[in-house]
Amino acid sequence: MSATAQTKASGEAATPLEEYLTFNLGSEDYGVDILRVQEIRGWEPITRIPNAPEYVRGVLNLRGSIVPVFDLRLRLGMSFRAYEKETVVIILHVQTEEREKSIGLVVDNVSDVFRTSTESIQPVPDFGTRFNSEFLSGMTTANGRMVMLLDIDRLSERNIKPVAAAADDEVQRVQSSDKRDGSHCS
Amino acid sequence: MTIDLSQFHQVFFEESFEGLGLMESGLLAMDPGTVDAEEINAIFRAAHSIKGGSGTFGFDRVASFTHLMETLLDEMRDGRRPVTAEALEVLLQSVDILGEMLRAAQDGQALDEERVAKQQQALETALQANPQKQDASDAASALTADGADINGWHIVFRPLPNLMRTGNDPLRIIRELAALGELEVRGDASLLPGFDQFDPEECYLSWDMRLHADVERGQITEIFDWVEDECDLAIMPLVASEHEVVAVPETVAEVSVDEGALSSLAQEQEERRSASDDRRQEERRKTAGRRSNDPARSATAAVSSSIRVGIDKIDNLINMVGELVITQSMLSMLGENFHPGQLDKLKDGLEQMARHTRELQESVMQVRMLPISFTFSRFPRLVHDLGRQLGKKIDLKLTGESTELDKTVIEKIGDPLVHLVRNSLDHGIETPQERLAAGKLETGTIELKAFHQGGSIVIEIRDDGRGLDAERLHRKALERGIVGVDEKLSTQQIYELIFQPGFSTAEQVSDVSGRGVGMDVVRRNILELGGSIEIDSEPGRGTGMLIRLPLTLAILDGQTIAVGGEVYIIPLISIIESIQVSPEMVNLVAGRGETFKLRDEYLPIIRMHEVFGIEGYRAHDLTDGLLVVVEGEGRRYGVLVDELIGQQQVVIKSLEANYEKVDGVSGATILGDGSVALILDIPGLIRLAARDVGLQLIKKTA
Repeated sequence: MSATAQTKASGEAATPLEEYLTFNLGSEDYGVDILRVQEIRGWEPITRIPNAPEYVRGVLNLRGSIVPVFDLRLRLGMSFRAYEKETVVIILHVQTEEREKSIGLVVDNVSDVFRTSTESIQPVPDFGTRFNSEFLSGMTTANGRMVMLLDIDRLSERNIKPVAAAADDEVQRVQSSDKRDGSHCS
Repeated sequence: MTIDLSQFHQVFFEESFEGLGLMESGLLAMDPGTVDAEEINAIFRAAHSIKGGSGTFGFDRVASFTHLMETLLDEMRDGRRPVTAEALEVLLQSVDILGEMLRAAQDGQALDEERVAKQQQALETALQANPQKQDASDAASALTADGADINGWHIVFRPLPNLMRTGNDPLRIIRELAALGELEVRGDASLLPGFDQFDPEECYLSWDMRLHADVERGQITEIFDWVEDECDLAIMPLVASEHEVVAVPETVAEVSVDEGALSSLAQEQEERRSASDDRRQEERRKTAGRRSNDPARSATAAVSSSIRVGIDKIDNLINMVGELVITQSMLSMLGENFHPGQLDKLKDGLEQMARHTRELQESVMQVRMLPISFTFSRFPRLVHDLGRQLGKKIDLKLTGESTELDKTVIEKIGDPLVHLVRNSLDHGIETPQERLAAGKLETGTIELKAFHQGGSIVIEIRDDGRGLDAERLHRKALERGIVGVDEKLSTQQIYELIFQPGFSTAEQVSDVSGRGVGMDVVRRNILELGGSIEIDSEPGRGTGMLIRLPLTLAILDGQTIAVGGEVYIIPLISIIESIQVSPEMVNLVAGRGETFKLRDEYLPIIRMHEVFGIEGYRAHDLTDGLLVVVEGEGRRYGVLVDELIGQQQVVIKSLEANYEKVDGVSGATILGDGSVALILDIPGLIRLAARDVGLQLIKKTA
């Protein structure tokens, strides 16, 4: 894991600070509330679920409970990328209407933990039909990079369909500020 | 049939005492003049269960005594009898006596017959009392309920001896009451023992108080909040006629006597106070917790969090943990100065460790699993006794007694099953004369079956009695206002009406069944377990009740199979056999896909890899793989798989806990290597395949 623990606060205000775990999907940075993270594990083959949506990669055994694993790229309607050494599964607590669940998210790699004040989180702009912003709860800046904060509770809701991969490509082109991850493909 | 019922006595007593507690708290929470249907139903059900249980176990005194209480409660519930303070008091006292009777029955000790007889007399008097006569007090109660025109309250406060040990002080309570208004106190020191037997830490006094103040009941109960579990308390409204001139000087004198007696106690108590403060805090927290739960409390008994486990199972667990510890210490010793030569030893150790862990896991799971015979075995006696009592000839058939169920499920399914079997006996099966007249065998049959089906455990209760009378059910529902006159209902919907609270078709209320308490509780209990109940009835032919319970936590015998790189578990119960097919057995039936001939039957073939979209499968040709012949929903199919791996017991884990229901899959399990394998739901798989058949044919003909 290429994570180096930098905890540079971007908002020095007296407002409460929140900690986020960031990870990458291609060149994009995403963040999840660190309090929701149960554990991070390397990708290992898991048990496929028949006839499930494509983003559901299967289920794994988390100390005796059966936890579904979603490919975040596919969930967000991006293109699939083959899993490699840095691919990790982040196990998260999510709160659905009925109960608390655990889910796993496959992401390209985890990168950092950062603190930010609640004030510095901006609402998600309207991307129109090009990008499904339903899974985002806000945006912020960490170390000069834009970080999209995920609304993970919505990820396991089945009725929200990922947008078509074509739309994703468009987003990729629009935000072609690809600095780090050259291997990102589609 | 010789089944030793005494093995279930302990359970019965525990349940009964739980029921008594429920009745007591329910009665105490009830306000005279108001009918809280939920509350009174809860009390009623508790009484009903105790009656039923004691009847089963032959405690006839208890049963007949409870029957009286139940009748009184029933009348209150139906609004035929006003809920008066007197009646509640009689019921409360009866609860105490009932407790004594049960304890006497439990310990096999002699019972204070005189008290029981007296209480029984009191109950009968209360029952005979013409409800109209109580109009006066009823009117007063009604006023009270409105919160208007209260003259005051009559409070009977009888602390238990240990009241002061819990850090409570009766004097404080009396002082607080006095702060509310004019208080008339009569102390009762009759229980005070001689000085040599006097224990300064015990409370021997009780008080009968009249508070002449216009206050809400809540204000009074608030004062008693911390002691309500440590005392007998009755709070009754004072009506105008009772309002007598208060003899103030006398009262003061009495109080001062009490105060004298108490203050010395209080002083000793004071020293203890600081020590008991923590405990008191805890008590308060507990009470507060209980209070906040109160409104949400369901009518059924609170879920007991304890589980009774045989000492042998525990010993077994301890043994295994012991082995595990030994292996672990061996491994850590090995690790301290390890050299490559010890590799074999290390491997052995790890293997041992793995085995012990697995065994431990299994036995921990086994602790929770019990065969359903635990529940079933009480029925032969029940059926026998009730059959004789009702003059009916009944043959009871039990099947699938070894089906294992989770402990919690077993416990909660017991009562509903008893209700259902009683119903079958009482209402379902006709008398021998009726049966002969209807051209049936004189002896009726009740069947109790338990089996796994499609990811559920099904318990079926079937009789060959008269079946449900839809017309009568409908009439009754109209009478009771459960359905509107212009509502149109299908026969099935009419059958479902029997699950409505307060619905009973029995013309004659017997102590077997017919109070209409059964079926709504039955359904509620089953729903609480995440199950469902279906009725299948045919007039003149009998009634069947199908209870479906989810598999969660159940252990299942499974056949592990492989298709492509994927491993699945087929429940052994659905498998008839596994065969290797030869080409001449296979036919293509137009419109029905592939079939094969097994002996004299043509069975459709389901290719697992097609239904589940599995890649890299090996059995492209039917002859390359194996056909597992399964049965689901009454039909047989051949499921094509690559290979059979082995049979094993698996612990069923829910997929729905973190994900959702998956078609064709009833759950998942964790294999020896820690990976997850899905458990097939055969009926679901068949449905999935049926959906795909159309598609397949198009592909084949194209």
